[in-house]
Amino acid sequence: MSLFFKDKSSFSLLLERALPYLLVLPTLLYLMFFIGYPMSQAIVLASAGPGGLVANVAGLLNDPYFYEAFSDTLLLAAVIIPLQVLLALGLALLINVRFPGHNILLYILVLPLTISDVAAGLIWYSMLAPYGFFNRLLMGIGLIRRPIYFFGYQFRQMEFLAIVITEVWRATAIVFVIILAGLQMINKEYVEAAEVFGANLIQRLRHIILPLLKPSLQAALIIRTLFAFQVFGQVWILAGRDIPVLAGEAYYQQVEIKNYSAAALYSLIIAGLSVAVGLLYIKLLKPQYAGGGG
Amino acid sequence: MAATVPFRHRRVLGEVALYLAAIVAASWILIPVTVSLLYGFASPRDYYNRYKVIPTAFTLKHVYELLFVLDSLKAVFNSVVVALGTIALSFVLGLPAGYSLARFIFPGRDTLKLLIIITRMFPIMVIAVPLTALYIRIGLSDTLFGLMLAHTAMALPFVVLISSSIFAGIPLDYEEAAMIFGLNRLGSFLRITLPLSAPGLAATAMFTFIISWNEVFVASVLMLVNRTLPAHILTMVTYGCPDYYRFAAIFIMVLPAMLFVFIARKYLITMWGITMR
Repeated sequence: MSLFFKDKSSFSLLLERALPYLLVLPTLLYLMFFIGYPMSQAIVLASAGPGGLVANVAGLLNDPYFYEAFSDTLLLAAVIIPLQVLLALGLALLINVRFPGHNILLYILVLPLTISDVAAGLIWYSMLAPYGFFNRLLMGIGLIRRPIYFFGYQFRQMEFLAIVITEVWRATAIVFVIILAGLQMINKEYVEAAEVFGANLIQRLRHIILPLLKPSLQAALIIRTLFAFQVFGQVWILAGRDIPVLAGEAYYQQVEIKNYSAAALYSLIIAGLSVAVGLLYIKLLKPQYAGGGG
Repeated sequence: MAATVPFRHRRVLGEVALYLAAIVAASWILIPVTVSLLYGFASPRDYYNRYKVIPTAFTLKHVYELLFVLDSLKAVFNSVVVALGTIALSFVLGLPAGYSLARFIFPGRDTLKLLIIITRMFPIMVIAVPLTALYIRIGLSDTLFGLMLAHTAMALPFVVLISSSIFAGIPLDYEEAAMIFGLNRLGSFLRITLPLSAPGLAATAMFTFIISWNEVFVASVLMLVNRTLPAHILTMVTYGCPDYYRFAAIFIMVLPAMLFVFIARKYLITMWGITMR
């Protein structure tokens, strides 16, 4: 190889300059292939069949499950995300007091991060099933005579509630970690100065902590929204198709019905929604970095 | 009202409220985990007694049957193979990239980093559907290797970003000193930086393991016969199975996650901080 160069040093100099790119190249090619190729294939799949893309989209629009999946996915996100942000903020403020034993609580609170959506769904099934923990407890102390039913098509509202509880239980930890990291970056002197001037907890929170926490809150919101579009395992475990969601319909069309065009369309919808939110994320966060943090 | 309560008492009240909140928060997480694990081991006599809130007699029967009669052992094996393969593949591809982003300053570095952050936000699950068609064509359908490739696409951005921050934490001086003493760049990486970052990389490997172990959508779509554990459990629940098998499944699925939190707790928060920023 060094034949192509006048001497060895100019080759090694070139190598030295190309090295950073060469090291990143495999990752970049891999990701480009595994995202670019399947997405282009998804468009091909979505346009397959006698009627092409138009007929497949029309088929989707004629399916009542499509509207339900779309609205239920968004509704779940709209109910779950605010709850998670509020709860995570409270928990992060609690941990940030750094009382003795706060580390133990921290490990407990991040535990759900490692629990899968399927396992979380099963855990809350064991809590809420007709003869699960809560019904046994309430019947045991005599508050109710017959179990409260959470599952089954006729109890769809309760199934929705069970999914909300499961998601708040499982995925608040992600929001919590992001907010806690943001909280620990806030200069304590600002908070102390406000305290000296007699600001109470609510005032400190509103005028000092929350404005400084804005980037972390935004990041947490966006990441949670992205994950919310992909909700699948816990919904499938707790409600099946009683509460249709986009990813659940993609799975159903692909595996059960073998309508690959419809499954590909659902994939493209989830990807489109995610890209839209991702762009919003970059647009929102960029001015802050440009402004030197604010 | 607050003004009438003496300062010392107010402090005590504050402390009590603080610990009360901490206990409620801990219970909110721990009670469902503990109770569901206990239910997985409850003996049938306790399970069918509706008024027994917490079982006191235990059996391994349900976990045993789930593993050996309902074929979950094979699913566990599939999950472990896929997860280990995902670690190997994403490390081979990702560690050089992480090293490059941590050690070199070069034109386009920030753009590359941003690209990787963006792919991390892309819902990789949606590649599963179109990937099925490709896998059928090239003979990878329903293979553990095919799923491994898809899980690597999912884990790779995380591995690059986490390892990059681990490498950046090892002082450059050590590597430079090694190079002065005659090691080349590769040698100084292998003999100095890699051993020093071993604990962090071990935590990264566990993190990657959990990503793959927990993933259900891609696995369910790509693997119809060779189910991994979450996919196997999902099918089992979809087609109906007695409650005690569902509870027993929780134990098998959650065990590696618990071990991970216990072993890697030192790195846990930092790592999630990096990946979620």
